Amino acid sequence: MFAVKITDLTKRYAKGEEALKGIDLTVSAGDFFALLGPNGAGKSTTIGILSSLVNKSSGTIEVFGHDLEKEPELAKSCIGLVPQEFNFNQFEPVDEILINQAGFYGIPRAEAKQRAEHYLKKLSLWDKRKAQARELSGGMKRRLMIARALVHNPKLLILDEPTAGVDIEIRRSMWSFLKEINQAGTTIILTTHYLEEAESLCRNIAIIDKGVIIENTSMTSMLRRLNQEVFVLDTEDAIDDLPTLKGFELTQVGESSFEVSVAKESGLNRLFSALNEADITVLSMRNKQNRLEQLFIDMVGKKS
Amino acid sequence: MITTYWVAFRTLIIKEILRFSRIWVQTLLPPAITMALYFIIFGKLIGEQIGDMEGFRYINFIVPGLILMSVISNSYANTVSSFYFSRWNKHIDELLIAPVPNWLILAGFVGGGVARGVSVGIIVTIVASFFSDLAIHSYAVTLTVFVLTSILFSLAGFINGVFANNFDDISIIPTFVLTPLTYLGGVFYSISLLSDFWQTVSMANPVLYMVNAFRYGLLGVSDISLPLGLSIIIGFILALGFYALSLMRRGVGIKS
Repeated sequence: MFAVKITDLTKRYAKGEEALKGIDLTVSAGDFFALLGPNGAGKSTTIGILSSLVNKSSGTIEVFGHDLEKEPELAKSCIGLVPQEFNFNQFEPVDEILINQAGFYGIPRAEAKQRAEHYLKKLSLWDKRKAQARELSGGMKRRLMIARALVHNPKLLILDEPTAGVDIEIRRSMWSFLKEINQAGTTIILTTHYLEEAESLCRNIAIIDKGVIIENTSMTSMLRRLNQEVFVLDTEDAIDDLPTLKGFELTQVGESSFEVSVAKESGLNRLFSALNEADITVLSMRNKQNRLEQLFIDMVGKKS
Repeated sequence: MITTYWVAFRTLIIKEILRFSRIWVQTLLPPAITMALYFIIFGKLIGEQIGDMEGFRYINFIVPGLILMSVISNSYANTVSSFYFSRWNKHIDELLIAPVPNWLILAGFVGGGVARGVSVGIIVTIVASFFSDLAIHSYAVTLTVFVLTSILFSLAGFINGVFANNFDDISIIPTFVLTPLTYLGGVFYSISLLSDFWQTVSMANPVLYMVNAFRYGLLGVSDISLPLGLSIIIGFILALGFYALSLMRRGVGIKS
């Protein structure tokens, strides 16, 4: 079953800018889906139309089989949105923000209070429940928006750059929380600039650029297309003179570290054999660049 | 679905009431103080020199207009500030993404305006009872005009909130339109004191009909006919209500 089915969606803003040029997109129920693209590509416009915050110019959107135009209430009740910018009343107490949001979805106040307590505890905000939203830190505000989006138990959670400006520790804890709710059955659509985030969380991916979907596939098949990867290797001893290894391109980047570009067909076994022969002992190794990031730059770069 | 709508409406009303109650020093106290000053200065000090108007002590004559003036300004102020702030701060999104139809969003904000208008109206009526011989000629007319006027100006405030682009825009209409219309709407005088020309001009002021209909409810006297007054109020409510809904349907001020 489709969680989201977008057909021929277009958006032309009043000033004439064509943000979406007839996109088609489907997201399966239960998926963890990444919608990526450079700034101004049309990601936020797509999310905005999907969450009824932006008027479309033409096209149709179905959410779990409900047409967003013909059955707006049914379609909207399936969606929870975590927007890019903070959009809660900064002067309202934290618990009231959640209780009110539940109320807007028709959840009676007594039940809304229980749900608010559950999600505030889950997202470590319970101690701050009576604080005004403006008193929270940036990371807490992000978590508050996630709690608010989940308070009516949506089948589809849309996250528009949810970890922007969040420190690595909170980001990792948010990732594990999102994985958990996805495993529990919630479909998730994620837009992010942290491609490492998309790579580690998402099963399927679409790339949008200049209002057009230029790629829509699974994360695995996407990463398989990577023909070349650059690794950084740290060695046990300082390297005075880098050896020449046939089939590999080496560049020294430090006293005891160098970069090596490995083509897909060469394989890492061959690299390590060659390094052994050259009497170089490797202590550690890492990707120079996130793999998805490398592909993303290649794809978007080619189109522009 | 009706239960869902009712819960959503109730939530919005509670949210609005809590909003203006939390800042009662800014919302509920000032009208009480201002009106007490009106009663002391215009009612007692100057009013004693004026004598009777339309057969009533001057202070008794101005009480209906002053109560309604508070209802008008507070109903308007509540919706314009609340709706504009929700746009400016973007928390209007909380309602737009939820399964809440436009008419319910409008009803919620108008309900909040009415709640504040009625609250202030009651406070001012209590203050008035200390200075005047408050009597009610017709409870039905008094309450009907009281609530309908509050609905009307809550709708007007909502429309102002849709078009406002900054905080200055939410005070322009109250200052330059609402206040003059209210002061010239027969709050402090009977239009029978005016020349024929100015009486005719005054008839174009919709606030005149509301003040007089309300005065009829309290005192039993009016410069205009009651059915005409009520028809004008209801006509404006329908016109502004449909206009507000059409603005929301097109997403004016709230969607790009």
